[in-house]
Amino acid sequence: MQAFLDIFDIYLLEAVINGILLGGVLALLALGLNLIFGVIDVTWICYAELVMIGMYAMYFLVQYYGISYFLAAPLTILLVALLGAALHYLVIAPLLTAPPINQLLATGGVLFVLQSFATVAFGIDFRNLGIRLPVLAFGDMNFSYARLLSFLAALVGMVAVYLFMTRTFTGTAIRAISQDRQIMALMGVDTKRIYLITSAIGGGLAGLAACLLVLQYDVHPFVGLSFGPITFLICVLGGLGNFIGGFIAAFVFAEIISLGGLFSDLEWGYVLAFAFFIVMMFVRPAGLLARRR
Amino acid sequence: MLELRGVNAGYGTFQALFDVDLDVRAGEAVGVIGPNGAGKTTLMRVISGLIRPSRGSIRMEAVDVVATPPHKIVSLGIAHVPENRRLFPQLSVDDNLKMGAFMKEARGHYPERLDVVFDLFPRLKERRHQMAGTMSGGEQQMCAIGRALMSNPKLLLLDEPSAGLAPVVVQQVFELVKRIRASGLTVLIVEQNVQQVLRVVDRAYLIEAGTIRSSGTSAEMLASDTVKEAYLGV
Repeated sequence: MQAFLDIFDIYLLEAVINGILLGGVLALLALGLNLIFGVIDVTWICYAELVMIGMYAMYFLVQYYGISYFLAAPLTILLVALLGAALHYLVIAPLLTAPPINQLLATGGVLFVLQSFATVAFGIDFRNLGIRLPVLAFGDMNFSYARLLSFLAALVGMVAVYLFMTRTFTGTAIRAISQDRQIMALMGVDTKRIYLITSAIGGGLAGLAACLLVLQYDVHPFVGLSFGPITFLICVLGGLGNFIGGFIAAFVFAEIISLGGLFSDLEWGYVLAFAFFIVMMFVRPAGLLARRR
Repeated sequence: MLELRGVNAGYGTFQALFDVDLDVRAGEAVGVIGPNGAGKTTLMRVISGLIRPSRGSIRMEAVDVVATPPHKIVSLGIAHVPENRRLFPQLSVDDNLKMGAFMKEARGHYPERLDVVFDLFPRLKERRHQMAGTMSGGEQQMCAIGRALMSNPKLLLLDEPSAGLAPVVVQQVFELVKRIRASGLTVLIVEQNVQQVLRVVDRAYLIEAGTIRSSGTSAEMLASDTVKEAYLGV
């Protein structure tokens, strides 16, 4: 009995730590979506598809052009940042004053366009970088090196965004704009430009997430479906537009998935997480931390 | 310094200003008085570019304001303290002031301007890390004026600075306006508190139903029968 408990504890600890590592990347995804929603008041339904395009970019840069991973990553981040800015300029900006349902439908349309584009252009094969990172053994626990790297990179990305938002004039304007859009011109702020910069940052975060996810998952045109919905649930659970709420919710979700996976299959972890979300929507419909306004 | 000629403006089909002529000379303090809904706030908004005039011309030191994009008008030296202060409630006092120095010309002078504003409002320095929305009305008004001063303007537009403040605080705000004037800034101030404002300004315009009814020096306005009857309750 005692021996059983010892093993159980070590597996539990491993699952908890793996949950934290997963939470980092989920928090990064949620931050990008929350940023767009909080600042521009628009939901990018196609957010995970931007990540998918980024993963393909990584695949082609690394596998096809033979560029090293660490050189390909900044190129991919830049590419998806430009994609985010283009999405805003071409799709969102003309619809800024349109009813929210039209904006949802438009970005939903972009989702299908990107999926179909990827299917036609790249086919439905599962592709990967061909990089196999070692597994780190720590005592009796095993951690994937890829997850550890992703966690750290996600953390660095989030800290960078935090510093940008709090230390720079542009970052301060991004935080201010959601509180009073009309008077931004009195501050000498061109709101169109701030929206474009915000969209580029949101895209850049999706690009960073793509660089990290491509280490752990194969790329295919529908890969967005495997983390798009969960990113939305995290944002809603944390309170849409609430950065801190989204951060906490990402780790809550990651732990449920990881611990649920410990007690049965990984799929059951997802079932538990989604069931938890549904229950929470009844208990706290405005999110874990209701948005302070 | 500022020159409005034949300005018409409004919202949609509603016209709020009719053929308004107005001048502010460098170093002057000018008041705009009149009842609720007379178009006073619209007048301020049309000068700072929040709304565009449907007709007429606005010039700031000979530069055409109407042809300047709204977010560049602050660079002409016009700073607008809007009605109801309109601070960013969830940002700290520091961040609110930072927004006032957003434009490129002001960023380089940010530390110096911050010193100037903190000298004028020591209270803001004490509260610099507090959320602007959690301060008292008087402190918020200081912060709103401070934010406008961060851009080192030539012309300060004050829209109802005394609105919603306790009588003691109203006194303080008008004291402040006097001090800002003394520092050489040109001020255009809109007020319902006619008696108070006429003590601070050199000249004033009376606006009713979107039209300038009369204008004159403070003394002339105080002596005028229309102003006396309608606004001073004499």
